[in-house]
Amino acid sequence: MCPNMKDVMGVLVLIEPKDKLKELTVHRSLAAVPFGARYRLIDFALSNLVNAGIRNVGVFVQDKYRSLMDHLGIGQEWDLNRKRDGLFILPPEKFADGTTSWLMNGDILMLRLHLDYLARSKQEYVILMTSPVIWNVDLMKVMEFHLRKNADVTMVYHLDGKDECVGTSTEINTDDEGKVTQIMVNPLLSQSSQVLLDTFIIKRQLLMELIDIAIALGGNDFVRDILIRNLEKLKIYGWEFNGYAEKITSLECYYRTSMELLDSNVYQEVFFKNGPIFTKIKNEPPTIYADTAVVNNSLIANGCKIEGTVENSILFRGVKIGKNAVVKNSIVMQKAEVKEKAILEYVIIDKDSTISEEKRLIGAAVYPLVIGKGTTL
Amino acid sequence: MIKKECIAMLLAGGQGTRLGVLTKKLAKPAVPFGGKYRIIDFTLSNCANSGIDTVGVLTQYQPLALHSYIGIGSPWDLDRERGGVMVLPPFVRADGGEWYKGTANAVYQNLDYIDNYQPEYVLILSGDHVYKMDYSQMLDFHKQKKATATIAVIEVPWEDASRFGIMNTDNESKIIEFEEKPLKPKNNLASMGVYIFNYQELKKHLEEDALDQDSHNDFGKNIIPRMLQEGEKLFAYPFTGYWKDVGTLESLWEANMDLLGLKPKFNLFDRSWRVYSVNPTQPPHYIGESSKVINSLVNEGCIIYGETYHSVLFPGVYIGEQAMVEDSVLMPGARIEAKARVRKAIIGSNAVIGEGCLIGEWGNSLEETPLTVIGEGDKVLARAKVSSQNGHGRFK
Repeated sequence: MCPNMKDVMGVLVLIEPKDKLKELTVHRSLAAVPFGARYRLIDFALSNLVNAGIRNVGVFVQDKYRSLMDHLGIGQEWDLNRKRDGLFILPPEKFADGTTSWLMNGDILMLRLHLDYLARSKQEYVILMTSPVIWNVDLMKVMEFHLRKNADVTMVYHLDGKDECVGTSTEINTDDEGKVTQIMVNPLLSQSSQVLLDTFIIKRQLLMELIDIAIALGGNDFVRDILIRNLEKLKIYGWEFNGYAEKITSLECYYRTSMELLDSNVYQEVFFKNGPIFTKIKNEPPTIYADTAVVNNSLIANGCKIEGTVENSILFRGVKIGKNAVVKNSIVMQKAEVKEKAILEYVIIDKDSTISEEKRLIGAAVYPLVIGKGTTL
Repeated sequence: MIKKECIAMLLAGGQGTRLGVLTKKLAKPAVPFGGKYRIIDFTLSNCANSGIDTVGVLTQYQPLALHSYIGIGSPWDLDRERGGVMVLPPFVRADGGEWYKGTANAVYQNLDYIDNYQPEYVLILSGDHVYKMDYSQMLDFHKQKKATATIAVIEVPWEDASRFGIMNTDNESKIIEFEEKPLKPKNNLASMGVYIFNYQELKKHLEEDALDQDSHNDFGKNIIPRMLQEGEKLFAYPFTGYWKDVGTLESLWEANMDLLGLKPKFNLFDRSWRVYSVNPTQPPHYIGESSKVINSLVNEGCIIYGETYHSVLFPGVYIGEQAMVEDSVLMPGARIEAKARVRKAIIGSNAVIGEGCLIGEWGNSLEETPLTVIGEGDKVLARAKVSSQNGHGRFK
């Protein structure tokens, strides 16, 4: 059965795990955290939706969303600047006195706040995504599975044995048919290796009905208050994704996942497999390497000027690395500057920061040092 | 239609025969340049940065790539409700139609387009030069001199002057004589092919020129000399920045090399004068564990395991392990397989250089080494040797 993707809409509800990415989320929402030399976390979800042929995407935002709005614009980089449907940015409800609506504290509450958006959309199905995941997935396959199983809800999971995700991931168990038999939210001791990638397919009407009932019963969370409570009543299936996928749940996870892009298999899969990953265009010239540049095993975006040494690192657009500076195992974000003879190891430097001459900053792989946005050291 | 003070007409129909295999399927303005751009980006960006928001682009030769590249002009911020970029290929009228016979004829055939905007001034541009120029300053000069036409000029080396149209001027920059490719130049002020005309005078001259059976219908050969003959006030506007006609393979290679270094002859990193282009969707480029990338420009989507020195790499270029690229320009998607060596070459888009190939020549200094060119999509078999000496230089 070939699904008609015109009949599917995308909904991104990114609930912010508070301070999970430390300094990186002080000034911006999780969705807008820079990733992979030229992207933001939300680009992967958006590109996967668009590459599957989805033309109606709602992005529910919570707070600190200026940089996200700036990044998304009218959605033209994702080809979502459409006359009908396209990109919808659905902001929180804030009152004149600065407080927010009670409807802000949970993914289904956020959906409830803009229920009219769901009600007015014409598509029969919704692909709902609630966490930033780095992956390149063919969502058409998930839709196919959903229709074949005649499921009420399909949830996407992968097999993951990594300890660090424990405590921040939802785990499930399925039977031989793929039917979900158990859902466990953030258990501290891992109960199953089937880890949810926070991506769901459900009929739009059904989603609206379930949201209404769940909130009426005092609920606020899609997995806890809709899926777990209705595990018996609904036909909930799990679809296993067997490609590369990392959910960004912590700073360590962010750092490790970033560095995994240096592996050519991961690079090829994440950036090319089912279509390109789109992002905001910056009109930077190509990167210039000076006579003194020494660069190895690194990912580098456009507009950089490199005079020093860069190893096992990721440089975003417009970064400058001075002469005799050494950058190892580090991530340097947009327009940051590392001046002459500075030495960085295991450091994440946020946008627009400057590291002055001869400074030494050393972090650790499990605890990279983060230099906040716009800092001059 | 809204009135515009000044609109631009950009001549982009040239075949660029001297670019050989690179322009088999491409109009010259669409030839890739500078690791990211196409030649026409510089003129379009100049328009956008100079505040000229209405640009007619006259196309003729192999227009497909050029038309799809220009689109509705969004990359240059020229997707405007009123004005913006408009592609103007030759068309058929009730009394028949014809190709553009010359630069002046191309503009003449589109007088209706210009009339739509009732401009005071028309800026005539060429789509095959690489430079950054503020046309609004030239327009101010034109108005201040109360000129009928103003021609931008640049000082060229005396020994090259006989290759250009040379302007002889008085102390006030008024043009007293124009010589097309003079054998004994009296001056070294060359025309850059950038003109501003008062529209009404231009229109009159184009209409007269169209009736002249003997005319080449060319601005340099006919319109300008005719205006001078009739005693119109023509001024030369001196331009002092970088300007390069990339009409030959050698000059295209040279202009690419001019972008290299921390203090390049032509700076792409100027934030006050950005050069816009259509952005390919490519991930960051990857530099391998034992790669060496020295004194080069590298765009997104490149994967480099080998070595590259003093070269310009467009998006999606692959350089295999132990391959070495020197003094070369690698166009989008070019692939250099392991252990191949390339020196002083232009490798066309999506060309594949097989394992262990030798492309170019070794032994002489860079200046004395001839340029080797591999055409778009060509495949050079493993361990082949190609240079401009062995007859395969302009590899087909």
